[in-house]
Amino acid sequence: MAGNREAQNPVDLDDLYRDVILDHYRSPRNRGARDDASVSAEGFNPSCGDEIQLSVAIINGELSGLGFGGSGCSISQSSASMMTEAMTGRSIESAREMSQHIQQMLTDDEFDLDSVDLGDLEALSGVARFPVRIKCGLLAWKVLDQALANATGESVTDDSDIPTRVTSG
Amino acid sequence: MTTATPLDIAAIREQFPILSREVHGRPLVYLDNAATTQKPQSVIDALAGYYSTMNANIHRGLHTLAEEATTAYEDVRKQVAAFIGAPSHREIVFTRNTTESLNLLAYTLGARLRPGDEIVLTAAEHHSNLVPWQLVTQRTGAVLRFVELNDDQQIDVDTARAAINANTRIVSIVHMSNVLGSIAPVAEIAEMARSVGATMIVDAAQSAPHIPVDVNDLGADYVAFSAHKMLGPTGVGVLWGRRELLADLDPFLGGGEMISVVTREESSWAALPHKFEAGTPNIADVIAFGAALSFLNEVGMDKVAAHDAELTHYAVERLSRLEGLDIYGPADPADRSAVIAFNYRDIHSHDIATILDRSGIAVRAGHHCAQPLMRTLGVPATARASFYLYNERSEVDALVDGLLEAGERFGFERGA
Ligand SMILES: Cc1ncc(COP(=O)(O)O)c(C=O)c1O
Repeated sequence: MAGNREAQNPVDLDDLYRDVILDHYRSPRNRGARDDASVSAEGFNPSCGDEIQLSVAIINGELSGLGFGGSGCSISQSSASMMTEAMTGRSIESAREMSQHIQQMLTDDEFDLDSVDLGDLEALSGVARFPVRIKCGLLAWKVLDQALANATGESVTDDSDIPTRVTSG
Repeated sequence: MTTATPLDIAAIREQFPILSREVHGRPLVYLDNAATTQKPQSVIDALAGYYSTMNANIHRGLHTLAEEATTAYEDVRKQVAAFIGAPSHREIVFTRNTTESLNLLAYTLGARLRPGDEIVLTAAEHHSNLVPWQLVTQRTGAVLRFVELNDDQQIDVDTARAAINANTRIVSIVHMSNVLGSIAPVAEIAEMARSVGATMIVDAAQSAPHIPVDVNDLGADYVAFSAHKMLGPTGVGVLWGRRELLADLDPFLGGGEMISVVTREESSWAALPHKFEAGTPNIADVIAFGAALSFLNEVGMDKVAAHDAELTHYAVERLSRLEGLDIYGPADPADRSAVIAFNYRDIHSHDIATILDRSGIAVRAGHHCAQPLMRTLGVPATARASFYLYNERSEVDALVDGLLEAGERFGFERGA
């Protein structure tokens, strides 16, 4: 089945390793924990060992800065780096919404790329075509969801196999 | 380039149907044999043949099919005994896999331990020879001790001596590491274990497929391995134990097949090895495992070992010429077999595996179920290429090309 789909629409490594992704992997943005963090969260993929720690400064309901640490493959780390850039300046609500869009883009075949303006984050769309790497791309966003839930005092329900943990900053 | 392999690789490859398939439009290069090996047609036929001609439950029916199936199943037990030099087929217990064999031992032997008793493992254990013993320590108050790696990343007699003492009750070690490829001096360590009265267990999951394993030479009390890593089907493991020791162990799982007389209050146990085979076993896969052992016997384990060593030597030589490539394990290729764990440049092993996969090359990436060993080596993960009797030099060459391509994609010049 996967073979048929691939025959119609061949999957290329260039879909996964877009220039933007490799650039963020080589020169990560916002690397390191933030001293002024309001909340932080961390998560890891037990099957492959990728890990992300995220700290988020929130002022008046707005994400004023994000910092990340951790280690792992290019997809997990560049996804986190791109996320910290793209989420800076957003409201909690809008950050959450974008997180939903990205997670849908990675996991839902029917997702319409033109339905939202993803900016640079669109580069992550190719990850969806590499099923074993989807969890690498998702990790940072799961951790963001946890951090934001902590900020609002809500809990997230997550049926993925990525364990995340929230700590107050 | 001439190859020194003693095997007719082309003839061997022809017997593995999967080796003629393509992956992403390229011929499959299967280098993940430490995870599981491919199966020859004879194994596939034996599996289908059992279901099409003699399917029946064993040891209980009085009809012809049951008799044929029972004979076929028990014949494989004899084959396994002969394969590892066991004095009696009654010493061969079929389990699901190495993991279950080791859990059987941890559960039954562990029940005898007291606080302060010591269980000696090594720094290189697969989780399957670590986690069951951790459970034992929680139940009993026994403690774990570890044989460390020496400077050459090997388990040696000296590092073993440092961990074994008068409190040692159990020594359970990996014979051939699934990460380092190194082979531990089991016979010497077994001697040390015996001298302090400890039980000696060997995890032969990687060694039984690649080198001749004779339980008499190992001097061990128990040996565990898996059929699926040696051309056999999944779902079959072996536990060998000395007869008098197995006889003295309590059962692990209770139920049908493993009993002699059952009353409402209590039961007596079946004779060895059935005492340890509760319920309907994996009849079909055990029978197919027999075909795998026949295949290995026909080729000859000495030749398999020589081939794997030769190919590993070649691979170490080619890989170590790549700039930025680190190989883990013993420096001298003569000290390892069939497994090469490595990291290349600063490219994460998952990226390496994805890129190689696009060229049809299957390798493993990650912690290889040996997280503590990864920590000892100081790396979060590695890539791993592992070979078997059907692999050839051209596949090592493909691996090297694939790595150079991965390097280019991550912005390194195509050196070497
Ligand atoms: C050294 C070693 N021990 C134990 C195991 C566990 O084998 P299984 O998964 O068949 O139980 C493996 C295989 O992954 C192994 O390489």
